[in-house]
Amino acid sequence: MSAAQPLIGRSVERKEDYRFLTGTGQYTDDITLPRQSYACFLRSPHAHARIRSIATAAAGAAPGVLAVFTGKDLTGIGGLPCGWLIKSIDGSPMKEPKHPVLAEDKVRHVGDPLALVIAESVAQAKAAAALIEIDYELQPAVVDTATAARAGTAVHDIAPDNVCYTWAIGDKAAVEAAFARADHVTRLSIVNNRLIPNAIEPRAANAAYSRADDSYTLYVTSQNPHVERLLMTAFVLGLPEHKVRVIAPDVGGGFGSKIYLYAEETALVWAARRVGRPIKWTAERSESFQTDAHGRDHVSTAELALDRNGKFLALRVHTTANLGAYLSTFASCIPTILYATLLAGQYATPAIYCEVQAVFTNTTPVDAYRGAGRPEATYLLERTVELAAREMRIDPPELRRRNFIRHFPYASPVGLSYDTGDYEATLNRVLDIADVKGFPARKAASAQRGLLRGIGYSCYIEACGIAPSNIAGALGARAGLFEAGEIRVHPTGKVTVFTGSHSHGQGHETTFAQVVADRLGLALEDVDVQHGDTGKVLFGMGTYGSRSLAVGGTAIIKAVDKIIAKGKKIAAHLLEASDADVEFAQGEFRVAGTDRKKAFAEIALAAYVPHNYPLDKLEPGLNENAFYDPSNFTFPAGSYVCEVEVDPDTGAVRIARFTASDDFGNVVNPMIVEGQVHGGLAQGIGQALLEGCLYSDDGQLLTGSYTDYAMPRAADLPAFHVETVRGTPCTHNPLGVKGCGEAGAIGSPPAVINAILDALAARGVTSLDMPATPYRVWQAIQAAGR
Amino acid sequence: MSVTIQLKVNGRPVAAEVQADTLLSAFLREHLRLTGTHVGCDTASCGACTVHLDGRAVKSCNVLAAQTQGREVTTIEGITPEDGSLHPMQAAFKACHGLQCGFCTAGMVMCALDVVTHQPHATEEQIRAGLEGNLCRCTGYHNIVRAVAQGAKAMGR
Repeated sequence: MSAAQPLIGRSVERKEDYRFLTGTGQYTDDITLPRQSYACFLRSPHAHARIRSIATAAAGAAPGVLAVFTGKDLTGIGGLPCGWLIKSIDGSPMKEPKHPVLAEDKVRHVGDPLALVIAESVAQAKAAAALIEIDYELQPAVVDTATAARAGTAVHDIAPDNVCYTWAIGDKAAVEAAFARADHVTRLSIVNNRLIPNAIEPRAANAAYSRADDSYTLYVTSQNPHVERLLMTAFVLGLPEHKVRVIAPDVGGGFGSKIYLYAEETALVWAARRVGRPIKWTAERSESFQTDAHGRDHVSTAELALDRNGKFLALRVHTTANLGAYLSTFASCIPTILYATLLAGQYATPAIYCEVQAVFTNTTPVDAYRGAGRPEATYLLERTVELAAREMRIDPPELRRRNFIRHFPYASPVGLSYDTGDYEATLNRVLDIADVKGFPARKAASAQRGLLRGIGYSCYIEACGIAPSNIAGALGARAGLFEAGEIRVHPTGKVTVFTGSHSHGQGHETTFAQVVADRLGLALEDVDVQHGDTGKVLFGMGTYGSRSLAVGGTAIIKAVDKIIAKGKKIAAHLLEASDADVEFAQGEFRVAGTDRKKAFAEIALAAYVPHNYPLDKLEPGLNENAFYDPSNFTFPAGSYVCEVEVDPDTGAVRIARFTASDDFGNVVNPMIVEGQVHGGLAQGIGQALLEGCLYSDDGQLLTGSYTDYAMPRAADLPAFHVETVRGTPCTHNPLGVKGCGEAGAIGSPPAVINAILDALAARGVTSLDMPATPYRVWQAIQAAGR
Repeated sequence: MSVTIQLKVNGRPVAAEVQADTLLSAFLREHLRLTGTHVGCDTASCGACTVHLDGRAVKSCNVLAAQTQGREVTTIEGITPEDGSLHPMQAAFKACHGLQCGFCTAGMVMCALDVVTHQPHATEEQIRAGLEGNLCRCTGYHNIVRAVAQGAKAMGR
């Protein structure tokens, strides 16, 4: 049966929603295994201390306790690995200190795990953990990003100055020459505030060992179960990869924080064989705050050189990036490869130089969080461009327009090759739908109510669909960055799709089914999408960096193409035609120019009941898999406009309007795409107005709960006006898609802060850091004193 | 110390012996295996565990199972029709794409039902205020707010 109209491009309702809406989803903590036991991790209350001794005897003897393990017990296993080697300017490799699964000689951040207690119940495990006695020798804590390299205390002995690497990109001499002849230079110091991801489902794991076949099963909240398995077995535990099955069932949000291999699930797998019982651990929210990898945390200076017409001549950036206490799985590539390469933005700046110093501190490890490097680059660039416009008295959109890249492909001075884009189109559209012309009237109306109204812009670019494996490898990646997919056609013509991408809210079960159903001319309900289980899916690199449809979807299409190619051979045999004469369209194999045809389901049946079948030339069955390694990143881009009202008496900021115009190339499900943008906007606006992770000088996490860390709630946010332009399709994947998952979080923070600064310009405020809390805004107004 | 409780869960009588410090969320999830109610924080901050207690939305991580003696608890499983269809509020969330990862969804739907039951013809502002106790990290609330309004309309509220 062929679909009446194409499914691609339609906002079909999601296939996964029934189970989520009825409470029948299955998240990791929902799974309880026979003979289940429970774990509690004892964590460091100190940011930095040597461990003199750990006494566990009392805990081991406590009621219900099955085992207590410390770092000393985990002998012969490796540390948690980092997947990307960055080299310093002098060619030396980054400092790569061991990240032990359980602390050995030292604890290095509040929440660092020291001991694993396994008991019959969570309550018993927690009670026993409280009986463990640890003799600490406290050390001074290194906390502040900007001064970590001068702290005088080493987080790790192998990095005495706490510097992991000092990396650079771009042509320094060309940049200096351009600055020497500039008519105007705009300078800005900028902080990108540390964030805590806060997926609403806390991390969890449930590990079991089967003596019967010497195998392990791990249920875990992961965005990439195959990568989790590979890193855990090959680099840490030394287990045979094929005897470990990792299942990431329904996962309640990730935003990057569930990409990484963490200590907890690794310790559970190690312990499961020793205890002989399945072990479950679910983070309490305070553990999520202390141990989920954090995001951002940059301190930077930016200098933009312009000629008298506002043409950008060069950009010079210095950034200090906080990596936290240990190198998390992809930590090293975030403030380098995924950050500095984006500093061209949408502009044809001829010369860019960026130097990045990455430092260790006694704080939670920092890694990719929605956008991962690209929000930091966009915030820095778009704040700087807006300031330049203000200084040179040029309308901010006009200054951007004068500098847009207009010819593609475009080779940027920081290593990327943009395949396509139309920045004028998204800017024009957003100026229109945001009714920028009506702003002066709205500003006057706000002023009548005693409120300061401001408008701010942001034009972002993103690099998604990471990336060609060979290029990534040359840049230091220790993993491939392809994706795998499989199409299993059943004898009845129904189809199961297996994908290495992982959906934790993105709706792949619907989007991928739309793509496959369209290609094969099937109804949506005849296509089922499976993911998240190394026991079902052949391989996968997982979901992050807005890569799933561009990379994972393309792998699936390659497999579909193989199915169609084989189907044509089967049809040619049945229709007594030559292979070359068979066409496939709308679910039917047809001899070109005739009415001789076979339906897709007839071909599927013939493949599995091969009575009349070219067995001498063709294997029976209809099942294909494919791997796809992209030839380039994809480059989504867009323009955002934010309008705020600031109450000068209280410093309170209200987002009055937020308008987004995005170019994601082709769009499969507009409803899902808009939802992704909404979510990104909420996280970006959260960063701009509410969220900020704070540590005390001695390394205590001050924002360790929802009463201290301000998450955006429904009343904090406006209704969004989001539009996707009829965009420029990606040139190098068959769907022409680019990725949409991070755009909102990348583009929105500078739009919000630029709007606040516009509102406060008349009061003399020229700079403001995120989050722009009422107190901070009020202080800025008082300090400016006008 | 354990206590014996008798209550109604999703319309059916339940009798159980629980530890005095057992939370209602744990009782539902672990004793009754009603895992549609999720726990996101343990501190009454995120609302993922929202259920109805005698018809009002409560955060089940901050109610002791012992406190439900003689009372009536409704969970997401309890509002779901048995014929495989959806409650009008559930259907509105689906139609409006008011959910992504699904983890906050049960609590969000249970809260939404309380909002529209006790505030007929709620405005967007009232809906946003009514959802104040429930965190969603995926949707930015835009489509949840639309869903609640649409669900209310479908329910004749």
